[in-house]
Order: sequence, then C-alpha cells, then structure tokens
Amino acid sequence: MTVEEKIVKKIATRESYGNALKELAEEFPDLVVLDADLAAATKTSIFKKAYPDRHIDCGIAESNMVGVAAGLATVGKIPFVSSFAMFAAGRAFEQVRNSVGYPHLNVKIGATHAGISVGEDGASHQCNEDLALMRTIPGMVVMCPSDDVEARAAVRAALEYKGPVYLRFGRAAVPVINDRPDYHFEIGKGSVVKEGNDVTIVATGICVDSALGAAAMLEAEGISAEVINICTIKPLDEELIVKSAKKTGRVVTAEEHSVIGGLGSAVCDALCKSYPVPVCKIGMQDVFGESGSAAALIEKYGLDAKGVYKTVKGFLS
Amino acid sequence: MKNIELQKMANEVRKGIVTAVHGAKAGHPGGSLSAADMFTFLYFEEMNIDPADPHREDRDRFVLSKGHTAPGLYSALANRGYFPVEDLPTLRHLGSYLQGHPCMHIPGVDMSSGSLGQGISAAAGMALGAKLDGRTFRVYTLLGDGELEEGQVWEAAMFAGHRKLDNFCVIVDNNNLQIDGPITEVCSPYPIDKKFEAFNFHVINIDAHDFDQIRAAFAEARTVKGMPTCIVMHSLKGKGVSFMENSVDWHGKAPNDEEYAIAMADLEKIGRQLENAE
Repeated sequence: MTVEEKIVKKIATRESYGNALKELAEEFPDLVVLDADLAAATKTSIFKKAYPDRHIDCGIAESNMVGVAAGLATVGKIPFVSSFAMFAAGRAFEQVRNSVGYPHLNVKIGATHAGISVGEDGASHQCNEDLALMRTIPGMVVMCPSDDVEARAAVRAALEYKGPVYLRFGRAAVPVINDRPDYHFEIGKGSVVKEGNDVTIVATGICVDSALGAAAMLEAEGISAEVINICTIKPLDEELIVKSAKKTGRVVTAEEHSVIGGLGSAVCDALCKSYPVPVCKIGMQDVFGESGSAAALIEKYGLDAKGVYKTVKGFLS
Repeated sequence: MKNIELQKMANEVRKGIVTAVHGAKAGHPGGSLSAADMFTFLYFEEMNIDPADPHREDRDRFVLSKGHTAPGLYSALANRGYFPVEDLPTLRHLGSYLQGHPCMHIPGVDMSSGSLGQGISAAAGMALGAKLDGRTFRVYTLLGDGELEEGQVWEAAMFAGHRKLDNFCVIVDNNNLQIDGPITEVCSPYPIDKKFEAFNFHVINIDAHDFDQIRAAFAEARTVKGMPTCIVMHSLKGKGVSFMENSVDWHGKAPNDEEYAIAMADLEKIGRQLENAE
C-alpha cells in the first residue's frame, strides 16, 4: 500500500465492529449478538448474514435486550448487545447498571452512532453522554476506538476479557491511522502516537486523527505537541498521561463527547491525584448537537484538526 | 413431597421470613409471605436443583423479578440447605452476605435483581440460552402484580412469546396490593391473564395457597409446547400472620419485638394445626 492509499483509506468503526464479530465467531463459539431492530445500521447484519442462528433481534426494546443479554451471560454465552449509543447507554442505563454491572456479567455493549458524527439525524440521536454514564458503573471497561484497526482489536480484547465492557463506535467513515506493523492493543493501555515537548493532546475516538492533524499544524509554527491516543477510557492509562504531563506541563483533551464526565474529566481526575497541570477540554461544551453532515458538525463544534489546532493555540497563548 | 409436608415446610419458610425481617428491622414481609407456598413448591418439589452444588450447569434457574421479597427466597434457600437458617436474621446488616435484594454472590441465587421489571428479561435470556444450545433446564421467574406496571415486563413478555420459550415459566403473585394501595387504584394491570395470553403465553390461574393447584399448574406447564407459560397465582398478602394479612401497611415494614412475638405465635399455631391434621 502506498502512502497516498493509506491516507484515503476510510472506514466507519461500526463497520469494523460488524466485521470483527463475524471474523471472531468461529474462534469464540459462545459469542452471540443481540440487536434492537438496527442490525443494518449497527452493522451486526454482517454477523447475522454469516451466523443467523447466533444473531438475536430483540425488536425495538433495548431495556429488555440488555436484560436478555445478562441472562444469556449467566448460562455461559458471551453476548454483544448492539444499538445506538443513545439507547444502549442512555435508555438502558439502569439495565446496564443493575442487570449487567452489579452482577459483573460477561456482557459486551457495542454501541454505534455515538457523538455528533451521527450527523443528519440530529440531537435526539447524537449521544454525547455515554462515556460519562458508563464510566460511573463499577467494574465497567469503557473503550472508544479511533479507527478500523483499533476497533477490531478492541472487539477481540473485549471477547478475551471476562466482565462487562462498553465499546463505542461511530457512524461516519474515519481514516485508518493505526495501520502499522508494531501496533499492539491492550485494555487499559494508551499510546503516544506523536512525541512532543510543549503540550500534550490526549484524544479518543475520531479526535485522535484531529489531534494528529492539529499537531502537524502546530509543528509548522514551531510548537511541539505530544499526541496520546486513549482507547480505554476506563481503566485509564494514568501513568502514560502523567508522564507526558510532567514533560509538557500542559494538557488538552479532545473527544466527540460532552466535556462533562468523559475523557477530559477522567484525565483531570488522574492529573489531580498526582501531578496537577492546567487542562483544556475540547468536546461538546454542555450543549446539544443539531442536524447537519458529520463533517460540517465536527467542524462547527471544533472537533476537526483545525478546531483542535485553534483551541490548543489559544490555550498556550 | 406430600401436601402436608409442603404445608409444614411453607410454614417454616414463613417463620424464616418474619425472623429475617425482624432481624433486619426493615424489608418486605407482605409479598414474601404471599409467595411462601410458591417458593416452597419451587425449591422442594418443582425445580431440578442441588443445594450442595448451586452452580451445577444443568440446574433449573429461578429469578426473583420482584426482588424486594428476598426474605421469601432466602428463607426457602436456607430451609433447603443452601446456607444456615441461623443466618437469616443478619438480613440487610452491614457485612452480611444477605443483601436487601437478591445478589448472585448468595448461594442459590441465580440472578441479581430488585429493580422491578428487569428480572423477567434476564430469566428470558437464560431460557433462550438453553434453547440455543439444546439444553433441557427450565427457567422460572416470579413477578409482583404491581411490577406488571413496568414497561420492561411487556417487552420481555413479547420477546418470550415471540421466541416460543416453552422452557420458561412466569409466575405472577397477584395479591392485589402494592405500596401505594390496591393495584386497581394505583394503575390497574388487569386483566393479567388476558394480557399474557395476548403476548402468546399459555396462562393458568390458580389459588396461590393450594398445593394441589400449584402442582397441577407446573405439571401442565411442562406439557405446553411452542409457548411460554404464565401462572397467575391469586394470593393473600401477608398470608399466615394475622395482622399482616391483606394489609398494605405490611408491604415494606418490619415487626417490632411485640409484633414479632405475635407473628411467630400465629405461625406456631398453624404448625400445631398441621401436626394434628396429619
């Protein structure tokens, strides 16, 4: 693959999710997939086509679906529950907390269409609160992959891990940024994707690509930004973040999520404990989204490379 | 077990309920007592279980969807030998394994529950799991009649009916009372039987305190193919304790020492009557 081909290669992480489920089905015979009438959108339809007997459509009833998954887990299945983040983490929050989290059951929640990149459907379907909600549940692993490579690795890691996991996927096609031979995924481990000395940008999901773009723009102006990719928001790789903060002294967080309770809050929690430095949180600033194309919304709310670049510049000046 | 033996055991289960709630100084005696005969039949007659091996894979499962009546479940489990009856008064105490609502860490408890409407979904998931793998265990879940006001109950009923889960048995404890008063006054779920029929269940109405009817209902449920069964059991809240019977005041209140003595005297009297009847 040439460098140019690499740049243009884009895939939505929901697609990666559907592909991964199908790819891992033989290796994990207890894997079953549940959906709530959204298989075509969440891409569990890819799994359904190959393994129809292991795909359970629960109809438009997310609360029951989460409970059914809990019951399946008690008898040895590894259920992946799929819906939009709004319904998986939002509507069914209490079912996830009480029927999955409290008994620490081996249920995986594959939530797609997270954040404002849902686009045209508008605010009712743009979940910017799921990471905050899921983080608060004791024992819940929370992951937000940045691209196809990471999304597929996260699905495998979730399958190999015994316990509840929340996986956040997006609707919009995003560039593949982790396609390198030495790529290694581990739950709870972040990675420095660009080294720098002047400021640390901690990003998750689609904002990792934006952060890399912003870092390149900053570099052109002589500002050296370190970019950390955090896929696992809980448990957070606190050591990596604190180490970088000690080097740069300033931290910016970037996420396609509310600045309340998500990655930014998790990073602040970590820094407060051992090495407090000024932190600037990029994300949805306590507002609802709106209809529009994914690209236009990401630009409007300052989550693209240019937006991150501008905010970092402002923060540093 | 003969009916008289079941009646005697149910009376012991009721004593355990009253003792647990008295020890906890909180909890839900009314709905525990109304379901005591059902708990007894399930754990001493109906279910394929082994108290010495609570996690045996082929065991039948029970989910207490109306989780606040944990004292009823715990007393049945203790009397069945899952853990010491002497531990019942530690219910709800800090450090006790007997949590206020069912928790999977407790020997014999198949699912954590207590948030109404959720247990039936988990139970349906267990039944589906058995079907997916061609396993033969059966799954039972007990709901309160007030609990039927939760929308999730009907999501689960639709799912179980659609999936033709004939290894699945929903039991409704129809004692007519919920915290705020009679279910007909709060937000009536009636007709309960017709609702479950509409959701593609085989429905059986029984007297919750008649072991012949309980026995016959479960035998019938086992013969039903292609649909789940719902047993609507018409019960008396607080059954067995004179001042608790049909009283909404005893939905979620513990007896004081004096009331506890009266309650136990009531149950001792029933015990003597059962001895004499034999």
